[in-house]
Amino acid sequence: MKKLDYAVIGKSVPKIDARLKATGQALYVADLKFPNMLFGKVLRSPHAHARILRIDTSEAERLPGVKAVITHKDVPTKKYGISPARYDENIFCIEKARHVGDKVAAVVAIDEETTYRALKLIKVDYEVLPAVFDPIEALASGAPLVQEDYPGNINVEVHQSFGNVEEAFQHAYYVRKDTFLGHRTYHSPLEPHGSIAMWEDGKVTLYTSTQKPHYIQYYMAQEFDLPMGNVRVVAPFVGGGFGGKTGPTDLDFSSIVLSRMTDRPVKMLYDRSEMFAYNRGRHRLTMELSTGVDRDGNILGVHANFIMDGGAYTGNGIATAYYSGALLTLTYEFENYRYDMVRVYTNLPGCASMRGHGACHPRFALESQLDRIAQHLDMDPIEIRLKNLRKPNTVTVNDLRVNSCELKACIEKAKEVSGWDKTRGVPSKGHGIGLAVGSYVSGAGYPIYRTNLPHSVALIKVNEDGTLAILYTGAVDIGQGSNTVLCQMAAEAMGYKYENMKAVSADTERATHDFGAYSSRQTLMSGSAVKEAGEMIKAQILQMAGEMMNVDPMKLDCRDAIVFLKDDPCVQKGFGEVAREHFVKKGLLLGRGSYSPPKLGGKYKGATVGTSPAYSFATQVIELQIDMETGAITLKNAWDVHDSGMVINPALVEGQAHGGLYMGIGEAIWEEVRFDENGRILNPNLGEYRLPTALDLPMFHASTVESSDPAGPWGVKEVGEGATVPTEGAVANAVFDAIGVQIDSLPLTPEKIWRALMEKKHFHGT
Amino acid sequence: MVPIRNIKCEKSRYAIDLVINGDPYSLVVKANALLLDVLREQLNFTGTKKGCELGDCGACTVLLDGKPVNSCLVLAVEADGQQVTTIEGLEKNGKLDPLQEAFINNAAIQCGFCTSGMILSAKALLSSNPHPTEQDVRKAISGNLCRCTGYVNIVKAVLSPAEQEKKS
Repeated sequence: MKKLDYAVIGKSVPKIDARLKATGQALYVADLKFPNMLFGKVLRSPHAHARILRIDTSEAERLPGVKAVITHKDVPTKKYGISPARYDENIFCIEKARHVGDKVAAVVAIDEETTYRALKLIKVDYEVLPAVFDPIEALASGAPLVQEDYPGNINVEVHQSFGNVEEAFQHAYYVRKDTFLGHRTYHSPLEPHGSIAMWEDGKVTLYTSTQKPHYIQYYMAQEFDLPMGNVRVVAPFVGGGFGGKTGPTDLDFSSIVLSRMTDRPVKMLYDRSEMFAYNRGRHRLTMELSTGVDRDGNILGVHANFIMDGGAYTGNGIATAYYSGALLTLTYEFENYRYDMVRVYTNLPGCASMRGHGACHPRFALESQLDRIAQHLDMDPIEIRLKNLRKPNTVTVNDLRVNSCELKACIEKAKEVSGWDKTRGVPSKGHGIGLAVGSYVSGAGYPIYRTNLPHSVALIKVNEDGTLAILYTGAVDIGQGSNTVLCQMAAEAMGYKYENMKAVSADTERATHDFGAYSSRQTLMSGSAVKEAGEMIKAQILQMAGEMMNVDPMKLDCRDAIVFLKDDPCVQKGFGEVAREHFVKKGLLLGRGSYSPPKLGGKYKGATVGTSPAYSFATQVIELQIDMETGAITLKNAWDVHDSGMVINPALVEGQAHGGLYMGIGEAIWEEVRFDENGRILNPNLGEYRLPTALDLPMFHASTVESSDPAGPWGVKEVGEGATVPTEGAVANAVFDAIGVQIDSLPLTPEKIWRALMEKKHFHGT
Repeated sequence: MVPIRNIKCEKSRYAIDLVINGDPYSLVVKANALLLDVLREQLNFTGTKKGCELGDCGACTVLLDGKPVNSCLVLAVEADGQQVTTIEGLEKNGKLDPLQEAFINNAAIQCGFCTSGMILSAKALLSSNPHPTEQDVRKAISGNLCRCTGYVNIVKAVLSPAEQEKKS
């Protein structure tokens, strides 16, 4: 079926919540108020590593307006985390604090101002311990131990081998080894995290700024020994997540405890610096990468040997550890691959998932190295990529099955729209153009904890006269527009109108089960469930219409809320009329859908990570100008060409590509979380953690190529995270093209570029 | 800094008058109360967002006598006697401001958390310069951070009313 045949999907309808957001009516956690509500705040460790000898809360408790002060003694001491294999975190520190900002106690009071006064009155005696901030130092013998259960500060080790890399390297014409450094970056969603908890009759409701209500429900039920049904988690409007709102926060746990103690709703919000202290952003990563090629540039083997700075806690960093190697194999076909990785504990805030989970820094390394290899072989960077490109319906060396893959079309289109041939290689001082490719999962093949629950469930309810259909979904709209595309998909499947759809989402009680907004999963996975639910409605409508019109339902179809005879489309009945009749004769008109991915992946340890029903592919081109005096970069142009399967809403897909480029460019050039020698964050604010402003950037150009994947409803795949994957590499390659010098560590600051230019001058006299 | 005029002070509490979105409000505020907190907590204009409390992100932008300010950097007492426009004040008689329409139609809204401040900064620009260049727009919104859009569709949206005018 061609795109043109669709009535609702494939169109850039305005977002379903755009009006609410444009008028300031959309309510985020911080905007919610409940009668009798109290405010809570967490006390944080000023030390990176310190034994907690004594906590005296008595003075704080006496402050008028303070209702309670809690420490680890008042809460369950069960360890929690994201993956059961690495539960290493307590609600409050018990024996020691492991990073600056680690949670030590919490207060609840009548207003926010009183909580700040109370925090100052809590006396904590610390014995400051030696701390370790560098993963390589942390691995040395005698290094301070961050987590007692993990000797040598080793949090996770991965050793995977496919084919025989050593042999491949022996046969290679050229083996290139580089050591790259990826840096610590932070999601910085505009909306700070927040939680509001309230209890009624032994049941708790938690409003929280999360991408994953289901998992938060699961973690809270586990920690507080409650049946899942006694925990309701609601994500109201969420002001961006980017992977940072995927785990439970100390706000979630402490608001629940404080609300139970006071029997009143308790609201707790992070300020901006607390967000940086919670972190869970992108890992700092030392990446030793070796690639062997033959004389023609065919990749024979790749060895990735990585060390990750995990910070003090694991969170879903255990998945990052596997993803960082797993996704490297997607874009190019090679037979020999080894991945060695150790994720190390340090006395810094924990790192976890961030847009393009695990894929971005390793991709920067591989794409940078390929350009260097191409230069060595005197090949064009595009030529070496085309030579090694992944083809559709292939399986990677690490057992990831790729169905659709239009990477070749992406590269060719990117080459054309960016005017690559005109710009590349034309000598022009400080002017450069670079290209990189990437790929990403359209939903993780396996859930985070072991369960056989379906990944997505959807329910559609049509009202009495058919003028309204409500989609119930557990998918979470964090700004990417899932409610919009899912309503488009529902309307398409039902033969209905988008304008008459409403979505009830992201609520474990009032919506339906879904694993939520992570791993770029919702368009494919939630969408599959929605399509099935919509088709169930349509089948019932056609059945009813057949009875009303006295024709075989098989001869009918429904589109745009009109039921018609396929052979004679002038013979019609309105959807509303049929729906009403159904309601009267047969009862409530409901559609149900459910989605579980097929069994995916190989049998080796860690084989589940990286699996997905479908993979997106992308090519990005960056054009920039470097000031040869200062080393500063001015972005000139940025292109993203995406294979994201069938596109449900082109404007939203473009928006995701813009946002992906934005984040990737920011990380490549300006963004970095920095620490002083005591482990304090030097830039825990949006002035010094340099998010790009509108003045720093040019217009971006986003487009897609024709594609369809059999695993996705109507052939959809992801776009949201994949558009961040190639960016750092594309920027680095543009810098390489501009000044002829390679910089191995991110971000590509003016200082590094200036030093590289000076060195080049010194050695080559140019 | 706006001079504080004729304010009655008692126990560090001040009586102030604000005209918010055209309506008069007489309030008693603490000396250290931020305009942002008074708008959000005391008066429930929650369309004004709190993103950083340091003047870095611009999510709390409101118009003070027509000029964009970070309401987290303005004491409520400083705003005494002035006209405040929040995002809630742009819709008139059920009709959205053309800029709000432009943001919706240009897919310039993703998570929405920067949107209120972004629209108000843009509104101030268009009031004084109805035919801005792309660079004018970028400069005007450079104090408003957006983490979702790369500013691409926001810039397009702010340029669009003038372009619409040209067409018609």
